Amino acid sequence: MPETNLENITTSTGRPLRHEEVVVNVGPQHPATHGVLRLEVVLDGEIVVDVIPHIGYLHRCFEKHAESMNNYQQVVPYVDRMDYCAAMNMDFGYVLAVEKLLGITVPERVEYIRVIMAELQRIASHLIAAGTYGLDIGAWTPFLYMFRERERILDLFEMTCGARLLYNYMWVGGVSHDLPPGFIDKAKDFCSYFRPKVKEYNDLLSYNDIFIRRTANVGVLPADVAIAYGCSGPVLRGSGVDFDIRRDDPYSIYNRFEWQPQIGRGEMGTTGDCWDRYMVRIREMEQSINIVEQALNQIPDGDVFSAIPKRIRPNPGEVYVRTESARGELGFYIVSDGSGSPYRVKGRSPCFSNLSVIPEISRGCMVADLIAIAGSLDIVLGEVDR
Amino acid sequence: MGLLDKKFSDANILITTTEEILNWSRLSSMWPMQFGLACCAIEMMATGASHYDLDRFGIFFRATPRQADVMIVAGTVTIKMASRIRTLYDQMAEPRYVLSMGSCATCGGPYWEHGYHVLKGVDRVIPVDVYVPGCPPRPEALLEGIIKLQEKIRSEKLTKKSEK
Amino acid sequence: MTFQEISDKLKENFKDSILEVKIVSPADSSVKVTSNNWRDIARFLRDDPSLKFDYLMCLSGVDYGKGVLGTVYNIYSMTHKHRVNIKIEVNSDNPEIPTVSDIWPTANWHEREVYDMFGIKFIGHPDLRRILMPDDWEGHPLRKDYQVAEFYRGIKVQY
Repeated sequence: MPETNLENITTSTGRPLRHEEVVVNVGPQHPATHGVLRLEVVLDGEIVVDVIPHIGYLHRCFEKHAESMNNYQQVVPYVDRMDYCAAMNMDFGYVLAVEKLLGITVPERVEYIRVIMAELQRIASHLIAAGTYGLDIGAWTPFLYMFRERERILDLFEMTCGARLLYNYMWVGGVSHDLPPGFIDKAKDFCSYFRPKVKEYNDLLSYNDIFIRRTANVGVLPADVAIAYGCSGPVLRGSGVDFDIRRDDPYSIYNRFEWQPQIGRGEMGTTGDCWDRYMVRIREMEQSINIVEQALNQIPDGDVFSAIPKRIRPNPGEVYVRTESARGELGFYIVSDGSGSPYRVKGRSPCFSNLSVIPEISRGCMVADLIAIAGSLDIVLGEVDR
Repeated sequence: MGLLDKKFSDANILITTTEEILNWSRLSSMWPMQFGLACCAIEMMATGASHYDLDRFGIFFRATPRQADVMIVAGTVTIKMASRIRTLYDQMAEPRYVLSMGSCATCGGPYWEHGYHVLKGVDRVIPVDVYVPGCPPRPEALLEGIIKLQEKIRSEKLTKKSEK
Repeated sequence: MTFQEISDKLKENFKDSILEVKIVSPADSSVKVTSNNWRDIARFLRDDPSLKFDYLMCLSGVDYGKGVLGTVYNIYSMTHKHRVNIKIEVNSDNPEIPTVSDIWPTANWHEREVYDMFGIKFIGHPDLRRILMPDDWEGHPLRKDYQVAEFYRGIKVQY
């Protein structure tokens, strides 16, 4: 990023110009902040001197509700609403944590169904992320194309559990509805329909010259800073760190499928810039389609309701389980005191740590670059504020 | 033009009331302010996308409240956000309408019981015209809410209430 | 390294500060330490070549009841791929814990959240203020004895 030298600007008659800093509020209501985020920006002309994020405008007291519920199953709808763009992944993380606390295993069919739903949801979430990112940069068309594909995925979800956005689908010990007849064929149709669409997105947006100029070399996040700040998911992998919880800290049956975590290599600029993070998401969508196809071919028959416990009363103890949600490492730290309702549920949200790195990577850039950086981190405020 | 082009043999005069013309023009081009707060915002975006198009109703989103007619409060309103909503509502120019989308904006939603930071309904800070229930409401439900708001605008009167 | 080896290494280096090593199951094992030497322990965990705990996964506050608050640190090592859980307990009358936000910058916002929700003060934190609640909110919401006020700036809070 070329740093503008503001020290020696003079008029044509030689009079030096004074400049002073201005504080501008971006948000909480702003079309480009992906929700109610307030960025207090200290500006020197157009250059950003400092950014102070203010959050908490969507704090919905999830942890207090989790403690007040009578039953571990009743917490699942609240978990859905944490990251509403990737609700299946949220369900997955929570039910895995409770199942580990209880020490139960689920039937094979349930494992396959959960992986299929989680990967389809990952694609839907990345479609929102990439579509709104294009919208921030100024491209209207990819947004409409990506939402068209997302409607097909939401049709699949609606077929199964009746809801489009917030499902309450994965329960402790199983799922709420079995796959309806015709789901597997429709999902296979979707997979073959979706593969050429990724090429369409690359032609429209990813390799577009203007998009590359807006995002390459912008907001470079070095790998050690990313690890120190606790970043995860596409933000961490975009900086070149080869770490994916599905492979490195495996859960469920991900080790039965052939797929590759995608990392950023600095093809268009520097490793760890906005373009890398965006491209990691596009390439992850292709990998998710691979996983879904393999799972659809291997899925066995069985009863999905057999392992759902009648009463959930874990022994006193605690557990921390993390899964790879669409935005990064989603962890649930659950403390149980032996009764039927949770004693403490802490949701470790990936966007909370991803957002804390904004001041580090956006000093010295311009205001438009700040919007590009905030969009590339792909934050969802429901998760940040819980 | 278009529908009426070259249909008549002489020049004509259209007779209607001022109310009908004003109301028809207001409801046919409602410009909402982009005010997505939470999950309902994703459904609002999906309603605006190509599958359930909002552009055919004359609706497209404006970023600033000064150029907007209607504020679709989509999502949970927290107490920290409540004062900002009041400021934004005051910045909108009249005639202005508010559509409360989703269960959280109507009454606090699933957070009504233990939510210490959730405002139990946006009508505690601003006046609301239409409530759309659902969590989140389907795009068709939001469209029905918008059409109901259009009917409400259609029946607005310019005259003062009579004293009888 | 297994949890037993990690806790043994901690015990041999900081024998006075280690209060309890609890192993309930492979997933539920933790080391309870005192709060006064916590920064040295944290630096040791991060810098020692055989431990190399460079990724703070999660920092949660817990209200254990009966006037005891605590924090739990779940830490992971990217190089060795092992993890450890550290717990610290303090009194709820004057809860103070030294900060680790300069050792693991992840902890900066997490500690602000624990302060906001539980009232635990982190000594040495560069910017300890409320992060989720408004700045003039009274009380710390996630404590078990929290009673929410009826009105906040004229807005009725309860349903």
